[in-house]
Amino acid sequence: MELLYASCVGLLVSCGVFLILRARTFTVVLGLTMLSYAVNLFLFSSGRLSLNQAAVLGYSSEYADPLPQALVLTAIVIGFAMTAFVVILAIRGRSDLGSDHVDGKLPDTNKKVNA
Amino acid sequence: MTLLWIPLLSLLGSIISSMTGKLTRNQATSLTMLMPIIALCMTISLAPAVFSGDVIRDTFSWVPLLGIDIAFRLDGLALLFVFMILGIGILVIFYARYYLSSNDSMPKLYAYLMLFMTAMLGLVMSNNIIQLWFFWELTSISSFLLISYWWHKPEARKGAIMSLTVTGGGGLALLAGLLLLGNIVGSYNLDIILASKEIIQAHDLYEVTLILILLGAFTKSAQFPFHFWLPHAMAAPTPVSAYLHSATMVKAGIFLLARFYPALAGTDIWFVIVSLTGLVTLLFGAYVALFKHDLKGLLAYSTISHLGLITLLFGLDTKLAAVAAIFHIINHATFKASLFMATGIIDHETGTRDMRKINGMWRFMPYTATLAMVAAASMAGVPLLNGFLSKEMFFAETLHQQLLGSMSWLIPVFATIAGALAVAYSARFIHDVFFNGDPIDLPKQPSEPPRYMRVPIEILVALCLVVGIFPNFIVNDILKAASFAVLGGYVPEFEVALWHGFNLPLLMSGVAVAGGLLLYSQRRHLFQFQESLPTLDAKIVFDGSIDAITKWCQVKVNAIENGSLQRYLMLIFVVVLLFAGWPLFEMNQLGGQKQLTPIDVHNAMGAALLMVGAISTVIWYSHRVVSLLMLSVVGLMVSVAFTRFSAPDLALTQLTVEVVTIILLMLALFFLPQHSPKESSSLRVIRDVGISAALGIVVASICYALITRPLESISDFFLANAKTGGGGTNVVNVILVDFRGFDTLGEICVLGIAALGIYKLLVNLPLLMPTSDSEGRPWAKERYPILLASISQSLLPLALMVSFYIFLRGHNLPGGGFIAGLVTAVAFILQYIAHGSDWISERLTINYRKIIASGIAIALFTGVGSWFFDRPFMTTWFDYFDIPFIGEIELASALVFDLGVYITVVGATLMILASLGRLTVNAQEEEVNV
Repeated sequence: MELLYASCVGLLVSCGVFLILRARTFTVVLGLTMLSYAVNLFLFSSGRLSLNQAAVLGYSSEYADPLPQALVLTAIVIGFAMTAFVVILAIRGRSDLGSDHVDGKLPDTNKKVNA
Repeated sequence: MTLLWIPLLSLLGSIISSMTGKLTRNQATSLTMLMPIIALCMTISLAPAVFSGDVIRDTFSWVPLLGIDIAFRLDGLALLFVFMILGIGILVIFYARYYLSSNDSMPKLYAYLMLFMTAMLGLVMSNNIIQLWFFWELTSISSFLLISYWWHKPEARKGAIMSLTVTGGGGLALLAGLLLLGNIVGSYNLDIILASKEIIQAHDLYEVTLILILLGAFTKSAQFPFHFWLPHAMAAPTPVSAYLHSATMVKAGIFLLARFYPALAGTDIWFVIVSLTGLVTLLFGAYVALFKHDLKGLLAYSTISHLGLITLLFGLDTKLAAVAAIFHIINHATFKASLFMATGIIDHETGTRDMRKINGMWRFMPYTATLAMVAAASMAGVPLLNGFLSKEMFFAETLHQQLLGSMSWLIPVFATIAGALAVAYSARFIHDVFFNGDPIDLPKQPSEPPRYMRVPIEILVALCLVVGIFPNFIVNDILKAASFAVLGGYVPEFEVALWHGFNLPLLMSGVAVAGGLLLYSQRRHLFQFQESLPTLDAKIVFDGSIDAITKWCQVKVNAIENGSLQRYLMLIFVVVLLFAGWPLFEMNQLGGQKQLTPIDVHNAMGAALLMVGAISTVIWYSHRVVSLLMLSVVGLMVSVAFTRFSAPDLALTQLTVEVVTIILLMLALFFLPQHSPKESSSLRVIRDVGISAALGIVVASICYALITRPLESISDFFLANAKTGGGGTNVVNVILVDFRGFDTLGEICVLGIAALGIYKLLVNLPLLMPTSDSEGRPWAKERYPILLASISQSLLPLALMVSFYIFLRGHNLPGGGFIAGLVTAVAFILQYIAHGSDWISERLTINYRKIIASGIAIALFTGVGSWFFDRPFMTTWFDYFDIPFIGEIELASALVFDLGVYITVVGATLMILASLGRLTVNAQEEEVNV
């Protein structure tokens, strides 16, 4: 199961990075969201995987590591705040610059050939 | 405490003098002089103790863990420098009052001068080498300001930049050397370092450390080949030159040699480097000085030469040489400061500094001429003046050298040649300026300067004479004390006297004087010879190399930075890949010892859904709505994963955040194109797939390596203390509101800031509103479906009740402020969706900014509250109460903190969504109006 979990995290990272490398702001936001899922899962897993051991005292004999959970909890909320900020920035950028390309303008056509 | 006051008073003086703009010149000068005079009196009161061998210390702990203190120390050497800095500083301030024209800003010069004085005082009294370095850099910066005082002149700006570049570069080398030194000794404390000679010199890094520190000293004191900045620094006003290049700035490098003499000197490498550098500088400076037509240029090269002499003395391996060096520091400061001031008067009165024009000044200013001639004679080393005494000592020391083996006799010969050159340029200074016929094309008609402008020179020249005739009377105590400090608690027997009988040094002096006069009388031939040589202008070389470096950097920067963010991101990811991936190749085995858990059907299905969702998001990324829906599948599966792996709090949070995020992104799509054009070339897609796949593999490997290794966690502490210390059984929540409450406070602040930022971004947004979606279909006519409206309305109280329940139970069961806040926010957002912003704002007049502020305030004041009970910030208080009919309940201050979290989360989330949602309404109304 560890292998499966790690693969899922890896896949999310790959998809997230690929989306972030695209040229349009909205896709970058999608990629960031995806990447934050991956990061949260990764951080969470630093407490190791355990079944039915919620860190609530008195409900089981062994407990999952509560510290990464607490850290990830706030990370999720802050991740939301950052996603929100970036997407609003994208909207603002588009209306100010007239394009939703990440560079603020469409690349020159002759340069595009080089890229 | 007194020691700290000495630099502090000077700093205070800098501030005061910068505010004297409205006062008369006399008032401003008196006010500025006041602080250094007080400081001088304090120093004099401390002097007897230092003379008797004490070292006065004053230490304030600052960053004890890094070994950085604010530490001051006054020993003989520091005392000598403090006297020179304050004494000559006061004279220079007085002199500058008459030197500056009415166009020049007096407060500016005084403020910079006093700042520089502060830096020098701090430097010489530092007892911590990091602090010493700080003041060292401050001298570079404040001298930059002083040299560029006449900033409208290009040569002043260039000279300032050159001096800052050279001395600043040396400062960096010095920092590296001092850090190494601190590392070798294990302390940055100067007392300890000075007592650790054996440890330092036995260390492998001794040579590197020594060379780095010497680089700092040599750049500062203009030793060959770093001397070139000093002549260009002559673009400064003459009082500045008199201060910086006689007693202070350039002497800082010499001070450094003297300061570290007990710890670093005594090895062959020290003697070779220091003495040869000094010797070359001595000869080179003296030779060039002879050919300078500019008065200040002559003095500049003469300064270089004398600094070389002092450096050479520190490099000779006898104790008496160090004593002679210290003595010459004093003498050079007095005669050179007075010469600079005299030059300033001549410049002031004639309007030029060109010695080919200034001739025969004796007739116009006999009094000034006398003073200048005495000082110049001292520079040449004429008997009855202080320069003679230290030069005699220098000659005597060069005779006892084995430095160059059997060729050591060269050193006294070179010394005599340098002495002759000094006599020659001094003779030129005297003869060319004051005699030698009539002045040629002077811009001004010269006359004696104002009476008081000469006072500082009179004092200094009197000192030259008194020291020269009665050396023991004035300098014996301070010389002994300073030598005591430099030689590490040992003073050799020496006698400073005018007459030692007929001996070899006296003969050398005689030869030097005779040779010098001969050189000067034959100067015509020398000048012709010199003019036939190709000239090398340091400024052109310097500017050229700076330009070349800048251009080279610019080319490199342009190659990387082409303005495309896409490219930067790619580079960042590649760097991450390299740094994160590299250690994996050095690991022997990826998997750890932990027992792997088997895969069951549920997990496999969940993982499959997550993977399908993620891949579909990428595949359909150009159809943004589809892609977004697929992303929500991923988010949902992440929350399921949290549920599965014993993290109910996380699952709840993820679920609610997911709802809010997707709604937000849907709203955002309204303002953005519905489709992303596929514009990447195939090659770029292949490249990006490669990078992202590699990064995914690296992260997956790290993750696997991590979770298959046994866990050593600090969480046992939290588990053990959650109930007893924090009063809750839900350990995650207790960590959030109690153990790590300060973090949480920071995090809700971030949330609030993000919400405010969004609010600000959306104010006055120029709208680019589509009237229809990308396929040309108009938006739905029925904006608020009645079914959704009625159901959501009836769900609201229920949702609020649930969130209240989740909030209350959070301390003991999964839940808490974050989750409850998100649930409440979702319930309200549903109302916005079902009824529209207008409908809500009619019924709910809430300012979300105030809500966020009050949430953070509640959390903060709960934390502060514990101060009133003499507890540290954010200590939780809790107790159990028995309430009739309800039973025993627990009340904890953490609950109030969690309430703050709750309110902030509700406020921030609603503000983000409502601000954006409101725009859609405006946009549609505009559309109707159009």
